[in-house]
Amino acid sequence: MNILTYLIPISLVLGCAGLGFFVFTLRSNQYDDPEGDAQRILSGDYDDKPKG
Amino acid sequence: MTAAMRPQASACPACSAAPAAEALAAAQEPTEAHIVLSLPTIHCAACMSTVEQALNASDAVRSARVNLTMKRVSVEADPELTAADIIPLVEGAGYEAHELDTTAITATQTDRAGRELLMRLAVAGFASMNVMLLSVAVWSGAEGPTRDMFHWISAAIVIPAVAFSAQPFFKNAWTALKAGHLNMDVPISLAILLALVTSLWETSLSGEHAYFDAAMALTFFLLTGRYLDHRTRSVARSAAEELAALEVPRAWRVSDSGEEQVNVAELRVGDILRVRPGGRMPVDGEIVEGTSELDRSLLTGETLPVFAEPGTTISAGEVNLTGPLLVRASAVGRDTSLHRMADLVAVAESGRSRYTSLADKAAKLYAPGVHILSALAFVGWYLWSGDLRIALNIAAAVLIITCPCALGLAVPAVTTAASGRLFKQGLLIKDATALERLAQIDTVVFDKTGTLTAGTPDLTNLDDFTRCDLEIALALSQGSAHPLSQSLTAAAREAGVTPADVTDIQEVPGHGTQGLWQGQMVRLGRAAWVGAGSHAMTSAWLRVGDGPAQAFTFTDRLRDGAEEAVRALQESGKKVILMSGDTTAAVEALATRLGIEQWLAEALPQDKATRIEALTEQGAKVLMVGDGLNDTAALTAAHASISPASALDAARVASDIVLLGGTLDPIPDAIETARKATRRIRENFTIATWYNIIAVPLAIAGLCSPLIAALAMSASSITVSLNALRLR
Repeated sequence: MNILTYLIPISLVLGCAGLGFFVFTLRSNQYDDPEGDAQRILSGDYDDKPKG
Repeated sequence: MTAAMRPQASACPACSAAPAAEALAAAQEPTEAHIVLSLPTIHCAACMSTVEQALNASDAVRSARVNLTMKRVSVEADPELTAADIIPLVEGAGYEAHELDTTAITATQTDRAGRELLMRLAVAGFASMNVMLLSVAVWSGAEGPTRDMFHWISAAIVIPAVAFSAQPFFKNAWTALKAGHLNMDVPISLAILLALVTSLWETSLSGEHAYFDAAMALTFFLLTGRYLDHRTRSVARSAAEELAALEVPRAWRVSDSGEEQVNVAELRVGDILRVRPGGRMPVDGEIVEGTSELDRSLLTGETLPVFAEPGTTISAGEVNLTGPLLVRASAVGRDTSLHRMADLVAVAESGRSRYTSLADKAAKLYAPGVHILSALAFVGWYLWSGDLRIALNIAAAVLIITCPCALGLAVPAVTTAASGRLFKQGLLIKDATALERLAQIDTVVFDKTGTLTAGTPDLTNLDDFTRCDLEIALALSQGSAHPLSQSLTAAAREAGVTPADVTDIQEVPGHGTQGLWQGQMVRLGRAAWVGAGSHAMTSAWLRVGDGPAQAFTFTDRLRDGAEEAVRALQESGKKVILMSGDTTAAVEALATRLGIEQWLAEALPQDKATRIEALTEQGAKVLMVGDGLNDTAALTAAHASISPASALDAARVASDIVLLGGTLDPIPDAIETARKATRRIRENFTIATWYNIIAVPLAIAGLCSPLIAALAMSASSITVSLNALRLR
């Protein structure tokens, strides 16, 4: 049962990491266009001349 | 530290002043134009890349990004670029584009409430997952100190998480209690808090049952419902804002220093404005210069254009047809007749306010029921066992089991799915209860001008004219921008007519066009000007020399899908009625053409509303479809209302649902979808009730372990959500 002293904190830390990552995605406007992003990943276009 | 930050004092004040002024000027001058366009027709990945490529190909455009969810593209461009320069690029790529007023839509970009809710949902989700993991260990037989430790860790996770996530419920419950009544949030808050308190107490006594997981899962599921609800509303709100933003309000003001383009909000009484042909009157006022014809159809439903000359009073919303006009403003902004009429509508009792939604009905039964049930369980157990701890535990279990997880999800999940589906068909649901009301419809009232008809005229009697007359008419009409002339030109060209050799053609604004043909004066225009009698239908008159005047008659072209929509509605057993402010002949003709048996012509705005109220009193549930200002009272009075996106702002505000595309086709489908949605909502209530019927006796009997509570709660929430998704 001593393993619990490691496992529980590890699971909590992993959970917190997930939560933190979600907060990051939320802050960086990644939920503004869910439909567009879902379609964009299928697009075969490459931007050969990106504007600076 | 602060001393070092301060700018150094300079020996030469001008040296530091000049760059400072430059910097100031640079800051004020926009370095980049931010333009937002609405793209109503985009729908796929290819559309996105086509539009983006078309825009990025231009050197003046710095970046363009399409948002498919909102159907918009936002463009960062060189400061001198305007929307008028960019729209042709998008239209060249084959997509419809409209400018959006960026100031009107900024509110939607920072949807703070939605983000806050999503954050709470995320925290609740994280906490409930972790606590569930710990609980699984307890359910599978952890005992003694291990169980206690797991309970304490759960408590450490759940208490802060609940304190953060469940705030919306606590706040709502508190406001309701302060106002002295119950809402859904009162039992929710009570259940969460009571579950936490009893669990803490149990844990401190190393008890077996702790409901930390249940409290957390409850918060999570309910927040999901809240979030879905919020999203549906904010999508509708942002789309409605977008419609308002589509009408970029600008006017040309004429002053001593010349002409300038100004925002309508900046206009003052007494300003002189220039209204070009095709432009809409921005103010109430009087014509000071120029003659033209005015299209009042949006305000009154009349299709015949009205002659306008200096001294004619005009009201905001009328469309100038032929000649440029100078107008002196007598009322602007909120004081215009357009706005006053819109305000009158607000006073009328709306179908919306009479309706109690299914969710409210359920809440009315539910909230007191739950409290009484759990209080009874508490009192009963306390009297029977005399043990406060057991009684409190049972009461908490009852509250958790009956807590409206599924009820909280039942309605939002269905409305989200249904309005998403309707949005794809081109219908925007503006009001939360609109779907339920739409489902009950048995009578549909249509307005004529601008709703069933597209507002563009169609020539009806081409065959009545000799070839020679047609050639003259075409020669006169082809140079004019008047809608009747354009329609005549199109019809004549299609019939293979070539223009006759007419010289000295000149357009007399407000009257018509005249010219010389073989030495004779030929005129095409209004009856009085040409010297003819009047005609019941919309007409333009042709006179060759001293010969008799002949009338070209026009009917309004039907809106796309009008025939199909009317037929489908009639086939599904609904009563279809036509009400219009137009002349009897015009309304009768359209009614016969569409097979509508009941119609009402020359109706004043008040007549329409009264008629609808009379129908409502007879027990009919009326759906009003209309676009004009004369329809707004009727739209408000009806049980549910739809207006096309081309309608005036006032009419769109008064209606529950806005048709985004140009066709009426989706209306019958929408009613069907609304029916299905309402059926799903009822099914969801039934499912939730059955879960309660099975689980509540267990809870009252004291047989409900946290495991059963968790299972019942999750299972009912998931079934309800899946049932809602069947609508998609």
